[in-house]
Amino acid sequence: MPFLSGLDLSAMFNVEDIRKDFPILYRKVNGKPLVYFDNAATSQTPKQVIDVIVDYYSNYNANIHRGVHTLSQEATDLYEQSRKKIQTHFNAKFLHEIIFTSGTTHSINLVANGFTSLLKKGDEIIVSALEHHSNIVPWQMLCERTGATLKVIPMNLEGELEIEAYNNLLSKNTKLVFVNHVSNALGTVNPIEHIIDEAHKVGAAVLIDGAQSCPHIKPDVQALDADFYVTSAHKVCGPTGVGMLYGKESWLKKLPPYQGGGEMIAEVTFEKTTYADLPHKFEAGTPNICGGIAFGAALDYMNAIGFDTIAAYENELLEYGTAQLLAIEGLKIYGTSKHKTSVISFNLEGIHPYDVGTILDKLGIAVRTGHHCAQPIMDFYKIPGTIRASFSFYNTKAEIDALVEGVKKAKMMLS
Amino acid sequence: MSIEEIQNEIIDEFSMFEDWEERYQYMIDLGKDLPLIDDQYKTDSNIIKGCQSKVWVHAEMKDDKIQFTADSDAIITKGIIAILIRAFSNQHPKDIIDADTDFIDKIGLKEHLSPTRANGLVSMIKQLKMYAIAYQTQLN
Repeated sequence: MPFLSGLDLSAMFNVEDIRKDFPILYRKVNGKPLVYFDNAATSQTPKQVIDVIVDYYSNYNANIHRGVHTLSQEATDLYEQSRKKIQTHFNAKFLHEIIFTSGTTHSINLVANGFTSLLKKGDEIIVSALEHHSNIVPWQMLCERTGATLKVIPMNLEGELEIEAYNNLLSKNTKLVFVNHVSNALGTVNPIEHIIDEAHKVGAAVLIDGAQSCPHIKPDVQALDADFYVTSAHKVCGPTGVGMLYGKESWLKKLPPYQGGGEMIAEVTFEKTTYADLPHKFEAGTPNICGGIAFGAALDYMNAIGFDTIAAYENELLEYGTAQLLAIEGLKIYGTSKHKTSVISFNLEGIHPYDVGTILDKLGIAVRTGHHCAQPIMDFYKIPGTIRASFSFYNTKAEIDALVEGVKKAKMMLS
Repeated sequence: MSIEEIQNEIIDEFSMFEDWEERYQYMIDLGKDLPLIDDQYKTDSNIIKGCQSKVWVHAEMKDDKIQFTADSDAIITKGIIAILIRAFSNQHPKDIIDADTDFIDKIGLKEHLSPTRANGLVSMIKQLKMYAIAYQTQLN
């Protein structure tokens, strides 16, 4: 449509209209209008998704996959339609490559646990220095169980991975590589295409933690050739307590079941149990049915806006926020890569991030403070933590102005 | 002065503030003013681990009364510590054990006592009382 060229983004994307979808954005905190900048921890939920949750409990609530009655069948249909939506969103080859989990951490543990029987002493696992604790601890535990060794891709001052060092860490002993697509503490977008390609050259499998990328980027797991890709619904406008594991069929067949229980079996006698086929092999017990359905609705919502539109607008917020915050004397931003999502991690010189976060909360501004479950990154910079403001497509420049004024006020009060 | 009298005094002081800003500015100033703990006691074993700010506490017995010193790397936390020390230091162990901490609520700092604030303050009060229990046992 050539007649559209030259139109600027703001004409196609009206943030004030978008905000009307999010009831929570109209509440007050400490008497001030809420400014919600903790999106990297949990995104807010639009009424379209809330409606799906209410509708489920009002009309379909039943256990799935086993009832012959109508409610059970309708609930099953909705749940499986949602799996289909997730498959389409991530462009997985097969529907059964999408496993519902309770979230990213569960997904990672499922894979780490499965690899216990596939690793031996002398094998090597590579993680990056930019990982969330949830992508470090399960692999340390896996190493303890198997005698494999954990290697770490170092980072530089900009908060980027040292790719040359990564290339050198790879060897025929490398069996697994785990890297986040986007760093939760700094927002760096990692070059996962390269990381995956190089790992495959030595025959290693790659798990990508997509918890922080999925709110901003629509990953194509086939184009990436990722072996595993994991994420949580609450990062993409869905509810908490539900997420997904994408795994290539060949890998999912190789991994043993994670938990025993109902749903994951084909036949049970006291002598022997045979396991159900994918994906049910990994879905023991009654799942978060409503959450799973709402996850699909959340992806529908974001896709209706469009990830290109979302990314372009968030990038505008990132650039604006970075410039405004840097104008404050003594403010330092951690994570200065050119490839970043809309996350700004910063500190005021000589002031503890906790103090700033406390003052900002008094002003109705929600940010995250602390080590963001990424202590190795904080140790690298030799700081106790940072203040992290993470922007979503429903945030505005006016809210960033409020943050900047809040930080100035905190600085004045605290220094 | 008894713990209760000191607490009432603190409540009186805070009642003069009009809004949160004045309250917090006062706490921040308290935090800035007080060199709270001797550096030799800022050891890992004296750390009370909150999620975000570190809190160190040291206790000594002098004339049957406990002297507390403490510090934090966050200034607001330090200000609250200063208030707690003022109320609980230089008191008999038994009085510390029996004392309640409602005054924190009354001076408008209730949110800092919620465990979700993860500032180590709840743990800190617990630690002050633990010291008191330990010293009380010695006295018995």
